Amino acid sequence: MSLLLKNVHLVDPVAGRNGLFDILIEGDRVARVDRNLPANGARVVELPTSFVVTPGLIDIHVHLREPGQEHKETIATGVASAVAGGFTAVACMPNTEPINDTASVTQFIVKKAADANLARVYPIGAVSVGSNGEQLTEIGDLRAAGCVAISDDGRPVKTALLMRRALEYASMFGMPVIDHCEDPSLKGDGVAHEGAASGLLGLRGIPGIAESLMVERDISVAEMTGGHVHIAHMSARQSLRAVRDGKARGVHVTTEVTPHHFVLTDEALHERGGYDTSFKMNPPLREDADRAAMIEGLRDGSIDVIATDHAPHHADEKAREFDHAPFGIVGLETAVPLCFDRLVHAGVVTLDRFVDLLSAAPARVLNLPGGTLKEGSPADVTILAPDAAVTIRAAALRSKSKNTPFDGWTLKGAVAATIVGGRVVYVNEDVVGRREL
Amino acid sequence: MSTATTSLRSRHLLGISELDPGEIDLVMQTSHAMKEVALRPIKKVPTLRGRTVINLFFEPSTRTRMSFELAEKRLSADTLGMTTSGSSVVKGETLWDTARTLEAMSPDMIVMRHAASGAAHHLAKITRGSIINAGDGMHEHPTQALLDAFTITERKGRLAGLTVAIVGDLVHSRVFRSNALLLTRMGATVRACGPATLMPPGLDRLGVQVTTSLDEAVEGADVVMMLRVQYERMQGLYLPSVREYFSLFGLTPARLERAAPDVIVMHPGPMNRGVEIDSEVADGPWSVILDQVANGVAVRMAALYLLAGGDGEEARA
Repeated sequence: MSLLLKNVHLVDPVAGRNGLFDILIEGDRVARVDRNLPANGARVVELPTSFVVTPGLIDIHVHLREPGQEHKETIATGVASAVAGGFTAVACMPNTEPINDTASVTQFIVKKAADANLARVYPIGAVSVGSNGEQLTEIGDLRAAGCVAISDDGRPVKTALLMRRALEYASMFGMPVIDHCEDPSLKGDGVAHEGAASGLLGLRGIPGIAESLMVERDISVAEMTGGHVHIAHMSARQSLRAVRDGKARGVHVTTEVTPHHFVLTDEALHERGGYDTSFKMNPPLREDADRAAMIEGLRDGSIDVIATDHAPHHADEKAREFDHAPFGIVGLETAVPLCFDRLVHAGVVTLDRFVDLLSAAPARVLNLPGGTLKEGSPADVTILAPDAAVTIRAAALRSKSKNTPFDGWTLKGAVAATIVGGRVVYVNEDVVGRREL
Repeated sequence: MSTATTSLRSRHLLGISELDPGEIDLVMQTSHAMKEVALRPIKKVPTLRGRTVINLFFEPSTRTRMSFELAEKRLSADTLGMTTSGSSVVKGETLWDTARTLEAMSPDMIVMRHAASGAAHHLAKITRGSIINAGDGMHEHPTQALLDAFTITERKGRLAGLTVAIVGDLVHSRVFRSNALLLTRMGATVRACGPATLMPPGLDRLGVQVTTSLDEAVEGADVVMMLRVQYERMQGLYLPSVREYFSLFGLTPARLERAAPDVIVMHPGPMNRGVEIDSEVADGPWSVILDQVANGVAVRMAALYLLAGGDGEEARA
């Protein structure tokens, strides 16, 4: 089964391509990329000239909740949400029940993902047994079962010593250690960013330096060990400063930011009658100086990756007092519109940089196949409609959970279709119409 | 000239932040009329006859709960009380479900105290009746600020132009937030004073002056309002000891000498004598602490009356 994408606008920074090309897909691979390729029996697909074809987008920070919390999300609903959001691959965090700290849990996830057969799923294993911060997991075993990185996400890597040993040990397998940076003593029982909004609303605060202190620790340990540390969901301007310093010194540190942290601020806590728990996440929405710093980091290249921290929670769990509702929002299906609207159309990043942030860099950070449509690469393709307006409807999300703060937002930039391994797995009929793809 | 406000815009009383000066004035005026009821031999008016008020107290409370109950009874409302112990909350029912359940019984008003900031706002989104916030976490306690303003006005004849020092655990205090909002809105100068470990962020946005010196706060003040400092704050990293707190922030007759000659001293209660306030001050000639309690009933009657659709003109007639 072959597919020829005919005379389409391809943006593939790794291959150095940004222009009109024919892309011939044979089986699950990209066979040829050139101009004026003959069809030779392949099904020919033509697209509106305004559409853009990119290497499949990759989200390296999602929570698929299975095993153990299937009322929030399953691997099947999670990957359905991923492909609807234009993501051809996701890396899922280990804070399931049980925690993904043994090969058997990893194998379960891999099997469920194969059954679902939509987006590719790359499990992330735990750093420590039970993510308790005491004893290293069998990282070699996790690697062999399919894990691509290790993290105690949801919690920080507990001690500097554990971070040291994790970085040393994981370097044998070329795996990064991903850290959810947060000093537990400064975080305390905080529920919102410590700032004017939390002060006025009487919410317990989490200061920005609760994050940056641990970012600084991690960078120092990475510098000493030579290991690769990846800072998850960076939100504070002080953290960005530490990352810039680390990179300037040649430390192997990479970082990601979520769309909500460069779009929203803690002022949102005053909206919709106040205390809306769809604005509760960890790290919290910070103040405008932090949001502006994240935009600047995306513009100047100090931030490597955009990841969603897709964190589904059941409506019942979110319908609680702000203090008691769980942290997190879903993100897979809102990322592309938010990134287009607030970054590309706003002139913050170019299309090439957009593809780097959402595809090439995520592949590079986790050493994944993909991130490019060079000949021989996996035929994972995202087709985007940059000029199409989308209105986000929480109720219409494919994810099992609907906890998004962006319900009702109209944004410019849509996913048109998603192809994984040469197979069209998602078509957005609102954008593409009913024609076959 | 603006016309006098004769009703409240919202059917809820969630916080001072939602009231404009005209509405605050309206509550003050209505409270005067309500206070007169307490002077009668039969302290009851038929105003809320046939209306149902539920008092939901998820946190321990003596004065606020009794004050609301008395206010409701004096207005002839049918009242029901629910406290956390012995209720479905103990069985794990969520606030959402508790509210829906009570809602099904069609109360006209729900008075709620809850440990979580924003709990009253949460409730207001799902109920048809009126919600009165009787204290939500560290956020607001609007009827306390209203009764404090009423008490100050009774003594000073005005709020505008006065200097009010509010002293103590500011970060955890809903009384501070509501008072700071109300007093600045009505033209008073507010000095916020407390240890640096108990200062909330965003004080500049509240429009208050900030100091960690009690002497500076009290200097020339017309009103000194002391806040309760909980003992548990004395054992963690907020404060080293009761002894040191009292020496730095405890209000004594000597420290009051810097204040205006006719200064009044307030406390929302319950007091920790010898921690934030010396007994000589609490029971002395400056103290209006018991007036606050008495006025609490009148102000809550006014709030209930106005939220039930009462009209300011009618109450005065």
